[in-house]
Amino acid sequence: MTTDAVHGVTDAVPDASGHFGRFGGRFAPEALMAALDELTIAHAEAMRDEGFRGELDHLLATYAGRPSLLTEAKRFGEKAGVRVLLKREDLNHTGSHKINNVLGQALLTKRMGKTRVIAETGAGQHGVATATAAALLGLDCTVYMGEVDTVRQALNVARMRMLGAEVIPVKTGSRTLKDACNEAFRDWVASVDHTHYCIGSTMGPHPFPMMVRDFQRIIGVEARRQVIELTGRLPDAVIACVGGGSNAIGAFHAFVPDEGVRLYGFEAGGDGLDSGRHAATLAGGSVGVIHGMRTYLLQDEDGQTLDTHSVSAGLDYPGVGPEHSWLRDSGRAIYQAVTDAEAMEAFALLCRTEGIIPAIESAHALAGTLRIGPELAAGADERPTVVVCLSGRGDKDMHTAAEWFGLVDEDGSSK
Amino acid sequence: MTAGRSVATAFEKAGAEGRGTLVGYLPAGFPTYEGSIAAAKVMVEAGCDVIEVGLPYTDPLMDGPTIQDAVHQALVGGARVAGVFRTVEAIAATGVPTLVMTYWNPVDRYGVDAFARDLASAGGSGLITPDLTPEEGGDWLAAADEHDLDRIFLVALSSTDERLAAITEVCRGFVYAASLMGVTGARSAVDTGAANLVERTRKAMPVGARLPVGLGLGVGNGVQAAEVAAFADGVIVGSAFIRRLLDARSPDEGLASIRRLTEELAAGVRR
Repeated sequence: MTTDAVHGVTDAVPDASGHFGRFGGRFAPEALMAALDELTIAHAEAMRDEGFRGELDHLLATYAGRPSLLTEAKRFGEKAGVRVLLKREDLNHTGSHKINNVLGQALLTKRMGKTRVIAETGAGQHGVATATAAALLGLDCTVYMGEVDTVRQALNVARMRMLGAEVIPVKTGSRTLKDACNEAFRDWVASVDHTHYCIGSTMGPHPFPMMVRDFQRIIGVEARRQVIELTGRLPDAVIACVGGGSNAIGAFHAFVPDEGVRLYGFEAGGDGLDSGRHAATLAGGSVGVIHGMRTYLLQDEDGQTLDTHSVSAGLDYPGVGPEHSWLRDSGRAIYQAVTDAEAMEAFALLCRTEGIIPAIESAHALAGTLRIGPELAAGADERPTVVVCLSGRGDKDMHTAAEWFGLVDEDGSSK
Repeated sequence: MTAGRSVATAFEKAGAEGRGTLVGYLPAGFPTYEGSIAAAKVMVEAGCDVIEVGLPYTDPLMDGPTIQDAVHQALVGGARVAGVFRTVEAIAATGVPTLVMTYWNPVDRYGVDAFARDLASAGGSGLITPDLTPEEGGDWLAAADEHDLDRIFLVALSSTDERLAAITEVCRGFVYAASLMGVTGARSAVDTGAANLVERTRKAMPVGARLPVGLGLGVGNGVQAAEVAAFADGVIVGSAFIRRLLDARSPDEGLASIRRLTEELAAGVRR
């Protein structure tokens, strides 16, 4: 695979000012505009610079462990009624797809002469990845994390601190991912001369949604090649979970021109769309502006952001990357919500059928696979093949899973 | 009703008196609707030339802890967009030019033209938009023209000269210069770069244009107000007023405290 195949950028979207159709753009404080312009130029120049791309490829290969495997999940696939190929982002260093983006942005940070990175994190995977890259490249690192999430993802807080990052629990608003984003933006406005805000998903003001996509599209580029090598043809569908949407856009992007490949994103349905306790932005939201971008979001009739709920901290976010909004409206990708209960059932099933403990985020994609597998198989001449992005591993979720499945006594001790 | 007078008229009046213009900010619905209106009326009586009514929003990412606390209280208390218009109407009825300061999503959600129409009909003078720059503001530029409203965009220490020119070209009423790189909240000293930003902003305006430049962020006492009024046309104060209300043990004590602060600031801009 050439570097061009990995880093080649489609020119169709976004436009020069970051618009994916009516979505995206740059709704940001004037104080950040100079930095966003600087970043746009630095990113574009870096992607044309063979030295930069070579350095990134080298890190991805020798540090992150790319390419990640494509593993056939035979026993799980029998339950889903389709041939399931797992894109194993859980095997990357730090345990999720987040490292792909972070290595790119950390190298860009150094290229721009900045010495500090800040990040928001929900489940802590992006925070851990950022802390890791900062340690590797000698950057100072501060991670903002909602107080609620620091409790349910305590292991990742410890990991970040071990790696030398400062972790700041955010106690405002709903004390989850969106509030961590707010705090990170507040830090950045005051520190932008020496600090890069390493946004963890395909969200935020231009150029972030495009840039993060470009760093994550390696998932789909590899998967496309691997699935063709394995099966001799393109898959029938590509499936991913969607919170902010970075693993999904990474998995989808190389397949977007392949019209025969269906793209499915599964959002956090929480207690169900009707319950009002969910984070299914594309399935249950409306168009507005949040965190610098125009996109679908969960808001009330006054435009106030609604509180979200998901068993998965990484999907517990009221917005979504603007490119997903664009793919949704164009009909190219289909987005549905799966509930906490469906996700946890799929979580357990993958553990018991494949010996792989997925992140609860990724379990939403697995639940979606169990739902649409039979639909895809109905009327097909041969068993359809689906690529499922297994965006992360579930070690961090053991506390939540143990509680969910009653694996611990009420006093917290093991049964 | 039609839109209130442009805030430029308040700047002209203060300029004619050889002093700075005092702009005071409070969120609607904090501590209650009645409380915010009463506080604004005290601010007007004691010397504020322009009132800026904040539209409480769940994700105020340009605001520091003081304003976050206040808007959170307002939202918990049930603050709504319709209540913002009622607040504007009550304050504008005193004759003071009254602006709304709002993050963009509530306007976007309401409908840009409908928001402008209802703001004008409440007697409001225009909008301050901290997370909307002219590039994304096409609908608002048109609606402000249609309804004869001021549109106040921000300039920052990091703004290039090209951006200063583009922003001042579309501002109406005044230009809001952010005195520091950071969020709202009173600071112990005015950033040394602030005077330079005001100067650069004036130079960036088209030849012949002389839009007033107000300086906000971090100003909280009479000494700072005097310092800022020496180089800027106006002084914008927000968090310091809110702090007085948050710290007060009773509504009356809060209003008395607001009155003292306004008098101190009003004396500052006259020094």
